[in-house]
Amino acid sequence: MLAGRNGSGKTTLLRIAAQIVLPTAGKLTFPGAAPNTPNGRPGYVAHATMVYDELSAEENLVLFAKLQNVDNPAARAEHLLREVGLFERRDSLVRTFSRGMRQRIAIARALIHRPSVLLFDEPATGLDRLGITWLANALREMHRAGGTILMSLHGESEISALATRAVHIDAGKIVADTNAGGASLRSVLTFGAA
Amino acid sequence: MSLRTNTSVLLGKELRTEFRSRELLTTTCVFIIIVLVLFSFTVNPGTEQARQFAPGLLWLAILFAASLMFQSCFLREQVNDTLSSLRLAVSDAFSIFLAKLAANTLFLLLTEIVMLPIFAVFYNIPVLPNLPVLVLVLFVGSLGIAITGTAISAISAQARMRELLLPLLLLPLLTPVLVVSSIVTAGLLDRDPVVQWKGIAFLGVFDLIFLTALWLFGQYFLEE
Repeated sequence: MLAGRNGSGKTTLLRIAAQIVLPTAGKLTFPGAAPNTPNGRPGYVAHATMVYDELSAEENLVLFAKLQNVDNPAARAEHLLREVGLFERRDSLVRTFSRGMRQRIAIARALIHRPSVLLFDEPATGLDRLGITWLANALREMHRAGGTILMSLHGESEISALATRAVHIDAGKIVADTNAGGASLRSVLTFGAA
Repeated sequence: MSLRTNTSVLLGKELRTEFRSRELLTTTCVFIIIVLVLFSFTVNPGTEQARQFAPGLLWLAILFAASLMFQSCFLREQVNDTLSSLRLAVSDAFSIFLAKLAANTLFLLLTEIVMLPIFAVFYNIPVLPNLPVLVLVLFVGSLGIAITGTAISAISAQARMRELLLPLLLLPLLTPVLVVSSIVTAGLLDRDPVVQWKGIAFLGVFDLIFLTALWLFGQYFLEE
């Protein structure tokens, strides 16, 4: 879990991890992840939805499934649409969706190729209580299945409680780091908070 | 996944989004018709003067319409940061360019299909006698414009003054295409038509060189 103030470098670090931005120095790798295999590419949820407004929810998921060589793209898209609770709206254009629904389709897109590494930039943005509970359960399942999840969050929440390691960064530098849970983890997540 | 499959999937997406909104095609067609009609007021239809200047005006109109079309080519991908999701999804970034290039060429040719009869009527120049060669010239010329335009669109989309930067970079680069296409088209529309195969070959070589450059350096245009 990445914590830190606005502008501390969380998003930049996640974009470097997603290989969208090239690092000016050094190298970032995830042990066990094979970047050249389809599911070795990270699943990334950013501030933007990263899906097309002019396509329907289903068309978006099928598009990204096909691009990433997912077996039976239509079935995978249908499965994820049911998971994120958008199956009833599968034929609606994304531009007609609310903020929360957009976030759900963004998460579904990131999961479409069953990635072994997940990068989430404030994934709970726009989600209602039910959505946050669903996301927390989904993340727990992914972690149990052996997936690596790196996410940025502001403060404590149902999702931050899942963290096995918390790192607080400020101006691109680590200022607090813990592998422990409970109070120690909370202290890192809220480090420096007013 | 192969380059061909990725390209065809992305081309399908380009066509679907455009035919759903029809923003680009409608705007470009209306623009090119306005330009041709306005230019037609400056020459007497059917005269030698019209035959002399009309091919140049035709290609200028195509060039202006194309630069309008390319403005939104990569800009559209920035609305929801979909360019990043494409870069994460495809194994070869060249497929993004190939799909956009194919879509741009197709849209440009569709605009020309609408434009050609209007051009023939307003300038009183028969285009049917040498139509197959004229279509070939329009294709190789439009392909050159689309290749260069797609590349420049990717570069300028990340710049601050992108609306100004695209025509500033594109128009000088396309001067050879404009000059040669106009000369070859003038030869075809002449009272004694001549097919200038050397000019057509030049356009083909131009396309090949710029496509190779796009293949070699395209991925760097997409980096943040």
